[in-house]
This record gives sequence, C-alpha cells and structure tokens, in this order.
Amino acid sequence: MGDAASTSPSQDERIKEISALRRALIRPELGGMVGTVAVFTFFLLFAFDSGMFSSQGVMNWAVVSAQFMIIAVGACLLMIAGEFDLSVGSMIGFAGMIIAILGVTLGWPMWMAILATFALCMAIGALNGWIVVRTGLPSFIVTLAFLFILRGFTIFLPQMIERKTIIGGIRDAAQGDWLAAAFGGKILGGLFVWLGDMGLISVFDRGTRAGQPVVDGIPMLIVWALVLIVFGHVLLTRTKFGNWIFAAGGDAEAARNSGVPVNKVKILMFMFTAFCATVFAVCQVMEFGSAGADRGLLKEFEAIIAVVIGGALLTGGYGSVIGAALGALIFGVVQQGLFFADVESSLFRVFLGVILLGAVILNTNIRRIITGER
Amino acid sequence: MTNGNAPIIQMTDIEKHFGSVIALAGVSVDIFPGECHCLLGDNGAGKSTFIKTMSGVHKPTHGQILFEGRPMHFNDPRDAIAAGIATVHQHLAMIPLMSVSRNFFMGNEPEKKVGPFRFFDHDYANRVTMEEMRKMGINLRSPDQAVGTLSGGERQTVAIARAVHFGAKVLILDEPTSALGVRQTANVLATIDKVRKQGIAVVFITHNVRHAMAVGDRFTVLNRGQTLGTAQRGQITPEELQDMMAGGQELAALEGSLGGTV
Repeated sequence: MGDAASTSPSQDERIKEISALRRALIRPELGGMVGTVAVFTFFLLFAFDSGMFSSQGVMNWAVVSAQFMIIAVGACLLMIAGEFDLSVGSMIGFAGMIIAILGVTLGWPMWMAILATFALCMAIGALNGWIVVRTGLPSFIVTLAFLFILRGFTIFLPQMIERKTIIGGIRDAAQGDWLAAAFGGKILGGLFVWLGDMGLISVFDRGTRAGQPVVDGIPMLIVWALVLIVFGHVLLTRTKFGNWIFAAGGDAEAARNSGVPVNKVKILMFMFTAFCATVFAVCQVMEFGSAGADRGLLKEFEAIIAVVIGGALLTGGYGSVIGAALGALIFGVVQQGLFFADVESSLFRVFLGVILLGAVILNTNIRRIITGER
Repeated sequence: MTNGNAPIIQMTDIEKHFGSVIALAGVSVDIFPGECHCLLGDNGAGKSTFIKTMSGVHKPTHGQILFEGRPMHFNDPRDAIAAGIATVHQHLAMIPLMSVSRNFFMGNEPEKKVGPFRFFDHDYANRVTMEEMRKMGINLRSPDQAVGTLSGGERQTVAIARAVHFGAKVLILDEPTSALGVRQTANVLATIDKVRKQGIAVVFITHNVRHAMAVGDRFTVLNRGQTLGTAQRGQITPEELQDMMAGGQELAALEGSLGGTV
C-alpha cells in the first residue's frame, strides 16, 4: 500500500493526463461558483456606488440569501436522496401560524411553542416520507398534496380562531424568551459597535441612536444558515449516512441489495427538510413579529432552483450542499442587487432564468465529464 | 484453500411454484468450495429462480437446502449476505454516479472516531479499494473516479472484489459476461479464476457455453425447470452442453446451415 500514491506501472495509455487545474475545477459546485463570480462582477461593475456593498447593503442581501440557504440545504439533501418536497413553502406558512397560535392565542411560553412546532412539522415531514416509501408514489405528487393541505390549514386555523389571517403580537410574547432569541436575536453586537467607532462601517449621525452602527449585529438567521450548510456538507461528504444519501438517490434497488436502509434514509431526509422549513419560519415570525397565512409562497421552487443551480441532479444521487448554498447566494444577490442597481424588479425573473439555464447547462456538462455518462 | 469433498451448499430436489406456474421441478445441485459451478440454460429455463432460491430471495415450495451441512433458513437476502452468500447482479450492483470507493464500501462504510463524532474513513476506503482492485488486475486512475466511467467488465470486477473483500464464501454471478465485449469477458473470466483459487465457491450463470467451458469445474444445465444432472470438467463436450440447453434438434439443424458457428 506504500506505493498507492506513485503512478502505477501499467497505466492505460488511452487515458489522457488531466491537469491539476482542470481536476480542481471539475467539481459539482463549478456552476454555482462561476455563477457567483459572474453575479458579483456584474453588480460590482454596475451597482458599486449604489450602497449595495455598504454594511447595510451587504446585510440586506446576506439576510435574503441566508433565507434561501436554509431551505436549500434541506431541499439539497432530500434531492440527492432521490426525492422532492413541494410542501416546503406551505410548511413555512404552517409552522409560523402554529407558533403564533400556540404562543399568542393560547399563551404558551414561546420556547414551548417553538419546540412543539418543530415536533409537529417534523412529524408531518416523516408522514410525507412514510407515504412516499410505503406507496412508492412519486414524492412530487405526495408533497404536492401536502402543499395544498398545509396551506389550507394555515388559512383556515387563524380564521376559525381569531377571525383574521394574520396573527401578530409575537414579538411581545417572545420578549426575554431564551429559545426565541436563538432565532430572532443578533450576535457580535460589540464587534459592530467597535467597527462603527473605528469608522469602518456607517453609524447613525442623528436621532436617539446617534453614534450607534446602522448594522448592529449578525442576525441569528445567518448563523442558522451557516450552521446548516456546514452540518449538511459534513453529513453528506464525511459520514456513513452521507454515503447512504447518495446511494438511496443513485439507485435505491442497488443500495438495498448492499444493505443500505433506503426507506429510513429517505424518511429522515423528509424530516430534515421540514426542520429547515421550520427554522426559516421561526426566524421569520420573530423578525416580523407576526404570522401570516400567505408566508412562504413559492419557496419550494426557489429552494429547488437554488439546489439545481448548485449542481444537484433532479433525479437524485448527485449534488453538493456547498453548491446549493452558492445557488441560494446567487438568488439572494440577484433579487436584492437589481433593486440597488435600480433595475425594474420584474427583470429579476429574466435574470434568474438566464442564470438558471446557464448554470444547469454547465453543470450537466461537468457531471458528464465526472461520471462518464456520455 | 482446501478443495474439500464436503459441499458448501447442497440443494436437493428443489421445487418452486409461482401460482400455477412450475418454475423449478425438482432440481438438485451441490456447490463445492474452490470450484466454479456453471449453471447453464436458455432464457426461461429457471436459472434466475434457482439462484434467487439459493440466495434467500425465494423460499422453495419443496426440497431441502443445506448450507455448510445445516438446513438453511434465510428470511431475506440480508441473512444470506451475512452468512457469506453474495450475489452479483448483472445490473443492480453499482451506482454509476458514485465513486468506486464509495460504491465498494456501500452499506459497509468504515468509520473513524474524532471526538464524539464518527466520520467516513475516506483514506482507509480509498486505500483498500485501490489495493483490492489491483489484486484483480485493474489499475484505477483514482478511487474517486465515478463507477460510470468504468467499462462493464470493470464494474463487474468491482462488484466481485467487493463481495470477496467482505467475506463471501459463495459468490453467485448472474450472467456477468452477457453484455460484455471479448476483452472484458476475458477479464471477468480471469477474475472468476482468481476468486476460485482463494477457496471461494463460485456459481456462474451464463448461456454461453464457451464462457462456461473456459472456467467451469462442474456444469449443470437447466431446461424448462429441470436438470439433466451435473457433469464434471472433461466429462462433457461443448457440443453436448449446447444440445442440452437448446433441447437438441432445432439447433442441430441450424448448425448444419450455419457451418458450426453457433
């Protein structure tokens, strides 16, 4: 085994040597990387002095990107395991509404409301997964049903209980709650005060908060996004379970023949997707202070688009969490950047469509090189 | 490495019915360690049913199976794998999108502990994969290479090497050569020979008499769910085998017009 690193004597003369640079580039995330560089170059050229790269500007698109990242990580792992979840958007609205009903209407302590919501939503995720593996139906159809079921409840429940579709007062109910702070709070406030004092970031120059930095900390939303990305990436690439995720999505039958508990893997991934959607929902209701029946609309597609820009294969078995996170970053930067660049916001969709198509074509070619599909 | 006289698997008078269809009508076969037992038969002869019975997928309707001298009761294929009976399927063995080493250790991932966490031990997996593949005569460019970039013969070899590495005593190969080119077939046959020399019992399913004659120690022909007995190497000619598989007449007539090329 000592000579494993040295070139073997009987190299196949038909295999061309691949340069180190090319090998470093040929990876599933390449499409996302190229897209990220392209997007930042574009905005640095056309919107540099618009405030997009000031501390408030960065925080603006970073928060939006982090929202996409949170749901993209769940959607990414689930897609690699070979399934879809179209109920993510409805789950976000549903989770927010359940927190509001438990925490405000029923007056539970906020930490209890949050934990109960996580438990309920992950149970629904498990039900999604259980139906998919039991019936063998495409997850597309099963989760489409839940898209309607959960959205229906999200509209029906607050109307029945409070005769309105938005429940407010969450910020007051969450005041001083330890778990709510883990979703709605900010960290590193001291650092930002220091940066403001040093004149590195802008500070308020009048009013009651004069002298304080405009951006006064990193929202927990961004912390959650980074934690989930690191967790998802390590789980996928560095653990036994990650190998099972790839195997379950690559070929469920072959994986079963090799002793991989495919059904368990898939159900757990549905639960993880529900977990991510709930994290998104809790951060959102803590930020807005209210839960609305229309929250999270179309989020499932945005998550799937971010994952596909990031190099994952729609049919499963291939993809990268880092790529999905870059896809989410592209999404967030483009959406907010066009606003800064003062471009008509409907062009956001045009831009996004172009990036989606470009990244997917590039990713398809890379994947063919890596996997020898051609 | 003992080429002992005791068979590792004894299947006696196996019958398997699916509803009103009699797939196997009393088949008896003994499998010996260190030997390659060729199971020949045309399409629909009952080969697949027979090996599925051997590997625990099907329960026989009648008859007895002894594994290492004891009656075999497998509830599902996992039990059979744990006992040392590994089946390499023609298509359902490898996942093309995954790397060779990830495939090699699929379901048996090695782990190393870092603090309270357990991680996939990629260094170990890559090293063992390269080593095992080299033993089988395949030099991988890299263990990270996706299985999809390998040829059909190399994929079969990875699957065989994997089964051997994880302690298979009986290796069932379901038509490993049927979709391969000449050179790749030769590689797989060479692999079978290497595995047999390690004392593992190989059950080689094929409908190609020449492939069977190249490596077989014993030959059993299945025809319409029945067997005409088992012949040892040297007791039978390729022509006789071919006749038994096809049921004789038609092929003999065809052979006349084709000049003996079938």
